[in-house]
Amino acid sequence: MSIDKDTVKHISKLARISLDDKKVDSLSKNLSSIIEFIEKLNELNTEKIVPLTSIIDASLASRKDDVKKENIRDQILKNSPEKNEEFFVVPKVIE
Amino acid sequence: MIDLTKKTLCSLVEGIKKKEFTSEEITISFINNSQKGKKLNTYITANFDKALVHAKNFDKKKNFEGLLSGIPIAVKDLFCTKDVKTTAGSKMLNNFIPTYESTVTTNLWKEGAFLLGKLNCDEFAMGSSNETSFFGNVINPYGDKLIPGGSSGGSASALAANLTPTTIGTDTGGSIRQPASFTGTVGLKPTYGRCSRWGIVAFASSLDQAGPMTQNVEDCALLLQAMSSYDPKDSTSVNVKVDSYKKNLTEKIKGLKIGIPKEYRVENMPDEIDSLWKKGIEFLKDAGAIIKDISLPHTKYALPAYYIVAPAEASSNLARYDGVKYGHRSKGNNLIQMYENTRSEGFGDEVKRRILIGTYVLSSGYYDAYYTKAQKVRQLIKKDFDEAFKDIDAVLTPSTPSSAFKVGEKKNDPISMYLNDVFTVPVNLAGLPAISVPAGHDKNKLPLGLQLIGKNFDEQTILNLALAIQKRANFKKEINEWWKS
Repeated sequence: MSIDKDTVKHISKLARISLDDKKVDSLSKNLSSIIEFIEKLNELNTEKIVPLTSIIDASLASRKDDVKKENIRDQILKNSPEKNEEFFVVPKVIE
Repeated sequence: MIDLTKKTLCSLVEGIKKKEFTSEEITISFINNSQKGKKLNTYITANFDKALVHAKNFDKKKNFEGLLSGIPIAVKDLFCTKDVKTTAGSKMLNNFIPTYESTVTTNLWKEGAFLLGKLNCDEFAMGSSNETSFFGNVINPYGDKLIPGGSSGGSASALAANLTPTTIGTDTGGSIRQPASFTGTVGLKPTYGRCSRWGIVAFASSLDQAGPMTQNVEDCALLLQAMSSYDPKDSTSVNVKVDSYKKNLTEKIKGLKIGIPKEYRVENMPDEIDSLWKKGIEFLKDAGAIIKDISLPHTKYALPAYYIVAPAEASSNLARYDGVKYGHRSKGNNLIQMYENTRSEGFGDEVKRRILIGTYVLSSGYYDAYYTKAQKVRQLIKKDFDEAFKDIDAVLTPSTPSSAFKVGEKKNDPISMYLNDVFTVPVNLAGLPAISVPAGHDKNKLPLGLQLIGKNFDEQTILNLALAIQKRANFKKEINEWWKS
């Protein structure tokens, strides 16, 4: 199946990536060739096959839910592009 | 004076212990080489000053308890390093300074090594040529117009050019083994779960594994032992004892059964790859191995399945880059626009392509047709190996379908780029360990590698087989250090 420009616009919206028209054009071609490539799988009848969801035999291990105090709030905030005292700042959400 | 940068990791470790040279001398030698190697563009962040301080402190205390006592190591910039910028080769993380250290690098430092610097890689490890890095492409020491492979291209190039004694990379679809093959070095992808993924910038979590990249097989055994561990912080880490790979290393492989999968004889495979493979078979026969023809019937479906599974997981993993808590942020009139602009400006083209493919195959109405289908095919590929391993101990294949190619040659054709990983991807899908060992040259004197695939957690057998090949191939590094002029 080919990925037309509207589909590119739709999935880029889902993925939260803004694209200009030129990019939409070139991505439509690129993505179509990739989708065509992966559609080779349709040659295989997989009706009775169980999907592989983990390559580890064991089930996921659980651990104690311990609180670990590392006191690194300020260090973490340092990496933030915009902050206000102990808060991350984003564009206004509520009018 | 002897050139310390030409020494193997094992002989550096031994030499320090025997007081033949100091950690400071080693560190200065590699810093000098690294500074002369700027044309290769291998480093994103140098840690030279801190490394020197560390080396001097080591020489004062001389604690030789670790496997890597006194050794400086530069690592792929995908491993989070506390207080040292970690970019994953992306503009998105160009200002990111982790507050924590990855488990794998922590293990290296516990063994007495210390950080020399952070090495260039494809953006978020997505690429096979190191051309997708925001920090520019890396050059292969084998030629000023050649790519080093990817995504661990900076690691492979720095190692081959003796800018670091050894290094570590990550391998999601071949990102350790393919660049190792292209640079005449050894690279091993451990069994999924052998090395902790904690603190490694995530690409595709069900495929990602960290592994050693080294000058030879002995170094590889040592480094694998140092970096491996069970880690409760990684829920897919497996609690299996770490072997003394170096101590147990032997080329006595008599009687081991080696499978040769006919499906790896792909269309348009160059003659020299085919003859390299035949040479590898002869090497192993000479060492006493028994060669068996085997079939891995679903091999040709591995790449298409991979290009569903990996982008799907990537699109989910990379959703975290939203410009709020860390990383790049662009302006926007509202929250959504801020997200969209941040991700548009912060990610490069290949990363965007993969996020969009991943979003598409996971989107409502397409999920079963693509993602579930790929998981079913992944099951078939794993069963192929399970079946084959009932009768054999390891599989021998070429590492790559060609030698290193030119910068720009495949950049605009994603599919031809993806085909580089045709021999390496099935292993990631099945979770198995595999090693690439240099075994010969093509007609242009560029290195070529052979791949050995082992059973789950049987890294020892593939290391032993690789050692047998190494002794017989007698591979010589032929580099004229053109970048120093």
